[in-house]
Amino acid sequence: MIIDSSLLKEIVTTYGPSSREEKIRNLIANEIKEYVDEIKIDALGNLIAHKKGLGKKIMISSHMDQIGLMAIDIDEKGFIRFTNIGGIKPALLLGQRVRFENGTIGVVYSEKLEEDNKIKVDNLYIDIGTNGREETLNKVKIGDICIFQNEFLESDKVIISPYLDDRIGCYILIETIKNVMKNSNDLYFVFSVQEEVGMRGAKTAAFSIEPDIGLAVDVTSTFDTPKSEKLNVKLFNGAAIKAMDYSLIAHKDIKDALIELAEAKGIKYQIEVLEHGGTDAGAIHMSKSGVKTGAISIPCRYIHSQSEMVSKDDIIMCLELLKAYVE
Amino acid sequence: MLLEILTQANGVSGNEKEVRDIIYREVEKYADEIKIDKIGNLIVHKKGTKKSNKKVLFAAHMDEVGLIVTDIDEQGFIKFTTVGGIDKRILVSKTVNIGNKRVPGVIGAKPIHLQKNDERDNTIPLSDLYIDIGVDNRNEAEQLIEIGDYIAFNTKYEEFGDGYIKAKALDDRVGCSILIDLIKDDHIEYDFYAAFTVMEEVGLVGAGPAAYSVKPDISVILEGTVCYEMPELDSHLIPTQLGQGPAISLIDRHSLYDYELREKAIATAKRYNIPYQYRKTSSGGNDAGEIQVSRSGSKTLALSLATRYIHSTASMINKDDYYNTILLIKHLMPILCEGEENDNRF
Amino acid sequence: MDIKEALITLTNACGVSGQEYNLNEVIIDMFKDYVDSTEIDSLGNVIFCKKGTNNDDFKIMLAAHMDEIGLMVTRIEDNGFLRFTEVGGVDPRTIVGQEVLVHGSKVIPGIIGTKPPHMMDKDEQEKSLKIKDMIIDTGYRKQELIKYIHVGDFISIKRETIPLANERISGKSMDDRVGVAVLYDLAKRLSGFKHYPDVYMVCTVQEEVTMSGGTTSAYSINPNIGIAIDVGFGHTPELNKSETLMMGKGPGITLGGNVDNNLRKRLIEIAKEYNTPYQHSVEPGPTGTDGCAIQITKEGIPTLVISVPLRYMHTSVELVDLKDIRFTSILLSNFIKSIKKNDNSFTEEKLCY
Repeated sequence: MIIDSSLLKEIVTTYGPSSREEKIRNLIANEIKEYVDEIKIDALGNLIAHKKGLGKKIMISSHMDQIGLMAIDIDEKGFIRFTNIGGIKPALLLGQRVRFENGTIGVVYSEKLEEDNKIKVDNLYIDIGTNGREETLNKVKIGDICIFQNEFLESDKVIISPYLDDRIGCYILIETIKNVMKNSNDLYFVFSVQEEVGMRGAKTAAFSIEPDIGLAVDVTSTFDTPKSEKLNVKLFNGAAIKAMDYSLIAHKDIKDALIELAEAKGIKYQIEVLEHGGTDAGAIHMSKSGVKTGAISIPCRYIHSQSEMVSKDDIIMCLELLKAYVE
Repeated sequence: MLLEILTQANGVSGNEKEVRDIIYREVEKYADEIKIDKIGNLIVHKKGTKKSNKKVLFAAHMDEVGLIVTDIDEQGFIKFTTVGGIDKRILVSKTVNIGNKRVPGVIGAKPIHLQKNDERDNTIPLSDLYIDIGVDNRNEAEQLIEIGDYIAFNTKYEEFGDGYIKAKALDDRVGCSILIDLIKDDHIEYDFYAAFTVMEEVGLVGAGPAAYSVKPDISVILEGTVCYEMPELDSHLIPTQLGQGPAISLIDRHSLYDYELREKAIATAKRYNIPYQYRKTSSGGNDAGEIQVSRSGSKTLALSLATRYIHSTASMINKDDYYNTILLIKHLMPILCEGEENDNRF
Repeated sequence: MDIKEALITLTNACGVSGQEYNLNEVIIDMFKDYVDSTEIDSLGNVIFCKKGTNNDDFKIMLAAHMDEIGLMVTRIEDNGFLRFTEVGGVDPRTIVGQEVLVHGSKVIPGIIGTKPPHMMDKDEQEKSLKIKDMIIDTGYRKQELIKYIHVGDFISIKRETIPLANERISGKSMDDRVGVAVLYDLAKRLSGFKHYPDVYMVCTVQEEVTMSGGTTSAYSINPNIGIAIDVGFGHTPELNKSETLMMGKGPGITLGGNVDNNLRKRLIEIAKEYNTPYQHSVEPGPTGTDGCAIQITKEGIPTLVISVPLRYMHTSVELVDLKDIRFTSILLSNFIKSIKKNDNSFTEEKLCY
């Protein structure tokens, strides 16, 4: 199996912050429409693709939304003040280049501060290179959301780019949709919205689908960098099978089935325990009368920065594990 | 003004009956269906002469922040805790009404003369505060009140200044009042639902069940929202301002408001020359948080009145904001109700 | 089995959130003679039902969570030490020096160790320990250990339950096995008479983490009345009387937004009628029990929250009084008995509470 870099690059670089997922949704829908039986878009904007089968009803969810910055105020000189959409460390924003939906580019910088290490979102602004409020308003309205200006880099071993969280999951779902055998299970692939602000899309999608089994495919933090916490997941160590995070304790049946499958097929895997953070799986398992839920995670360094890093081998292991599981 | 009756009524979260009864009486004659659900929400269906393509729900919460009795001591002093998000520093030296019989009481404090220096510098912790109702012992107190009685602030409704209103509980009686006005308005031709919800202030409790039973396509939340406009503040740190028209929400802790609905609201405001502003802060939250993710989800819009000194004993709104919010909703109603065919299909 | 024996059996068993299935056998064994049906749902909730005489599907759901707080393996160090994290709200200060059981493919005992005080400088000794400063020592080398233990395995606190004076009992996981013991005692009482509602007794999972068990079981049962039976802070010298419950003086009946006020008043009337001791427990906001989850299920469910007084919550020496268990199940049994056909306060649309 090889990674389709041009498709992945397109998925990763397409605009779609939480609540404004339209562009990425259209891209994904076009990519998969010939391989699925039905595509639906619900009220919140989830893309739900159904590949019919006779077996268990399985919902597989990756979120297509990204973190971003929303313009909340424009001052007389034309500088834009913003609030964060999703979890962002203010310090990581300094000097960051950003892009709005209409292509307007800008840079984030900070007011003059006494102490640089106490930087808050309130102290930052976006400069889009205009001269005055009116000029800015021609390009950016209050409520518009910008994302990090993307640069997609790859080496023989890794991919470096913002928004691998969770476009890499979307890529894995798309490849699975395309390559899965004539399936025995009834598969619902969900490209969910608003995960970064509280797993809202997965909640409503799970309600309409009523799956027997839920599975989230998302990135997870690694603990192999200098002075990191004493947790288990490492880059290059294969697909991470979730045991627990803040939103979910994985159901024993699902976790054990994934481990057995990985062992049987010789797929490199590791077990994931995460102290913070959650995924769509957290929302899915609480739906209606309860759903047996687990998750496959892609190890990813520097999550929510402009330089997220994943391993190509890990991606392939996740792909193989997901494909084997749904088949 | 109806708002006077509504704000003089007490309805601390979990004890909304008095407010609900008033609303029930007000809307009874105008509603086509009216029900009180199992956890106390009041849900009204007003049928219109024109068919709505979209099921539209308007929501305002009935409850207000306040206090609750936790214990009565030997001398008859009353211990309490807060219900909803109250800044504990505002409680000292205020008057309150306890229970449905409205027993008056005062929250006292150690005289400043007797305070040590470090006491003066620190906030008085809640555990040191108590209410004095004028009795001498526990027995006397128990004749008047019991543990679990809700305590509301004792603040009179007054109109003052240049078109302003001062009252307690404007968050969110102002939303209730607007919603009642809409239900009473015979010029509104479209079918809609109104939910007066319980316990928003203690974690958006009522909204989810209300939305579960109404199953709306679109929801509009009417709120009293945070306003803070000190002169030294940079404009991006001012969440809303009085007198600038209804505040349209962008984002808060629980919701990212639907882009198209927001655009429709703004276009409508511009078209009819109604002033509007954005709610600029991302903190706080309202019933939209639960409504939007009920069942298979729905789209939400929040229109709020800027409310100064929110969650304190006396809050303040601007009357023009009130009327402009109603005006905007009336013009927006046909646009929301007619919707667009298949606007969600791929 | 009497209550004491039941509670000892329940608390000596292990079922950390996510691993409650360990308890199924013990619990089902206890209840099976007193109920009409037993079901284990997809998340693992154990749902017992005792049918009533109704013909209108009137259902009452009583929930006690069977999970307990615990730990989970996060890493196996080269020298065989285990690193771990918490499952549910564990106070790190209470687990230093604690014996534990690591539930791998084999159950392996261990001790939670940390740097000895002799090696710490004065400042360090003043600070409370964090989980990241601790390890679990099983006495095995890594090569041996990895045959049985994996990252993601659950760890439970090892503690044998002990009876104290005055019908008081102390051990781990009293929160909320004491609730399960109440359900057990209630099941026994209910088997002695006919009652109107169908009574669903649910031992829920994962209350200590996400409350998913309460959420999903309430959704499937969709009861007319929901009752969460959990624990409340027992009074100890360092706590305010107004915020705590006295031991042995009956269950705390919660009042506040999470609770239906009509039902609460009715429960109190019944306590008074039968002279059952009870206490008030004021919680204006969310109670942090399954009651929160039940209340907002579907179109909303009128809910009660009842708390058994318990000292030293979330430690391994949680202490309860057997009298309180009895008072709680007597109160609930009388409450259930009082529900009759066409009972207006339950079946009518409520206009007056």
